[in-house]
Amino acid sequence: MTSSFDFDGRPVRYRPGQTVGAALVADGTRSWSRSGRTRRPMGLFCGIGVCFECLLTVDGVPDVRACLAPAHEAVAVHSQDGPPSRHPSHPSPTADELAEGAP
Amino acid sequence: MTAVAGPATPYDVAVVGGGPAGLAAATTALAVGLRVVLVERATALGGQYWRQPAPSSGAGRLRFGELHDLHHGLDTFTRLCNRVLEGERAGRLRLLLRTQVWTAVRTEGLVVLSTAGTGAGASAGEVRARRVVIATGAHDVALPFPGWELPGVMTIGGLQALLKGSGVVAGQRVVLGGSGPFLLPVAVGLARRGATVLGVHEAASPQRWARHLPAVGRNPGRLAEGVAYAAELARYRIRVHPRSMIVQAEGADEVEAVTVQRLDARGHLVPHATRRISADTVGIGWGFAPVIDLAVTLGCAVAAGPDGRLVVTTDARQQTSVPEVLVAGETSGVGGAALALAEGELAGYAARDGLAGPLTPTPAAGPGSLRRRSTVGRRRDAQRAFASALHAVHPVPAAWSQALTGPTLLCRCEEVPVSAVRAVIARGVDGARPVRQLTRVGMGWCQGRTCEAACALLVAEAAGPSAAPPPPFERLVAQPVSLGLLAALDDRHDDDPPADEPFLDDVGRV
Repeated sequence: MTSSFDFDGRPVRYRPGQTVGAALVADGTRSWSRSGRTRRPMGLFCGIGVCFECLLTVDGVPDVRACLAPAHEAVAVHSQDGPPSRHPSHPSPTADELAEGAP
Repeated sequence: MTAVAGPATPYDVAVVGGGPAGLAAATTALAVGLRVVLVERATALGGQYWRQPAPSSGAGRLRFGELHDLHHGLDTFTRLCNRVLEGERAGRLRLLLRTQVWTAVRTEGLVVLSTAGTGAGASAGEVRARRVVIATGAHDVALPFPGWELPGVMTIGGLQALLKGSGVVAGQRVVLGGSGPFLLPVAVGLARRGATVLGVHEAASPQRWARHLPAVGRNPGRLAEGVAYAAELARYRIRVHPRSMIVQAEGADEVEAVTVQRLDARGHLVPHATRRISADTVGIGWGFAPVIDLAVTLGCAVAAGPDGRLVVTTDARQQTSVPEVLVAGETSGVGGAALALAEGELAGYAARDGLAGPLTPTPAAGPGSLRRRSTVGRRRDAQRAFASALHAVHPVPAAWSQALTGPTLLCRCEEVPVSAVRAVIARGVDGARPVRQLTRVGMGWCQGRTCEAACALLVAEAAGPSAAPPPPFERLVAQPVSLGLLAALDDRHDDDPPADEPFLDDVGRV
């Protein structure tokens, strides 16, 4: 008998006691969100709740740190690949900025 | 639920952090008769050092003993946890798990900690105490290099947390780099769980230990640990490459290869002495940054520690410049678990000193006796001497910034490139704070916790060796809280903690 939670519509197995982030990594998924400006893929970096690179949505609550959230059978996890405008502090890059890349 | 103390009766001492230092402080305070509240953000006690899986039930759950071989000193951890449980049962200790302290103030001789639950449906609250012991630990210092933002690149603390907390190996072909002895247990732990560790790239030169033999001699336990790691590294055929450093990671959507480069005796990159290694996982760690936010918020004096990073200043008893505040563990200088245990114990005694005056009459033995305190004090001093030697042997080499390219992200959250920071510094800006204001470095989600070290190093490089260390980043909000939670704040005091869960249900069977 294995436990699993729903991640973007597919089941991800986990062992009770693991975090959502650890279960995703064990499942072979290393990235589940994108950055606001350059849309680079993001996943676990610090692994202990400091860096905020691993944010995802758990049961409709956005910006949950995957490295801290315990995995549960009931949770529905979604990657945060939404438009960057969802984060008011990250205005969408202009076409020029995107073309230019980093200054 | 019965409370140890309500709004009318503050706790004698609040301990923030349930790692080695916090556990030692809380259990010592209990032993000398104080009423204690222990606040821990995680789902279980242990901190990063004794990190535990979340309490859980169900088939296949992770068990306490299952990850035993990745830990040190679990008998001490078990003993401390049992004392916490006894204190809880006796109604003299309140354990608040999954509770973070996001800010603190002093008022009328008390410290008021603003708390917030970390789980779903979490509530906000307050903890009031006459003394507080801040034992909030440290986090990895990860210095940037081209490609460090690729998924698959992690801090070595993060790799270790996945192992110890979840039993998960982050990758199959791993390269580790940075500086300091923490690289070794991470390499060994990953190898024990089946990863191929392709190399440990230690920027320092181990021969430098020859200048610090007295500090090693005072700490035979540390020497034994080193010897044990050397044996195990040999067993798994893991090579440690001294004077070598990771200078680049490459890959499309995640890391696929990493480039390492040799350093000369002065810590500079040797031109063309590079090697490209195919790898799926990279771990980096340049030592640790103490978490001093709450102490800074409460007005405690800080100073540069032996590694140049800011630590909270204490006297020999772990007392800070603020009468109500004590600190223990990495908060007062990074030095490992043995040092943290000693400092936590001393802080527990000092909390009582502050409340009851010096111990009189002095019992000849037992908790808080002069004999016990001087024994622990000596242990602390020996460990601190070792820590100073360790920082001297493992400095951040000059090469760290030689590997940077203009587009390398210095601040990951706000995606500020190195070029932008260097441009501002070149215009004569001489402090981390104005650099922050002009570039948005450190103004994103992590509030500079990831980029603060690199930013300070770049500023210091430009300012020259004689410049004063930069002032700390002040963070009135030490932990993120939602606006909804702030809006829900009312005049309740601490009596609405998150649901109690067994924090270490297997502890009795260890």
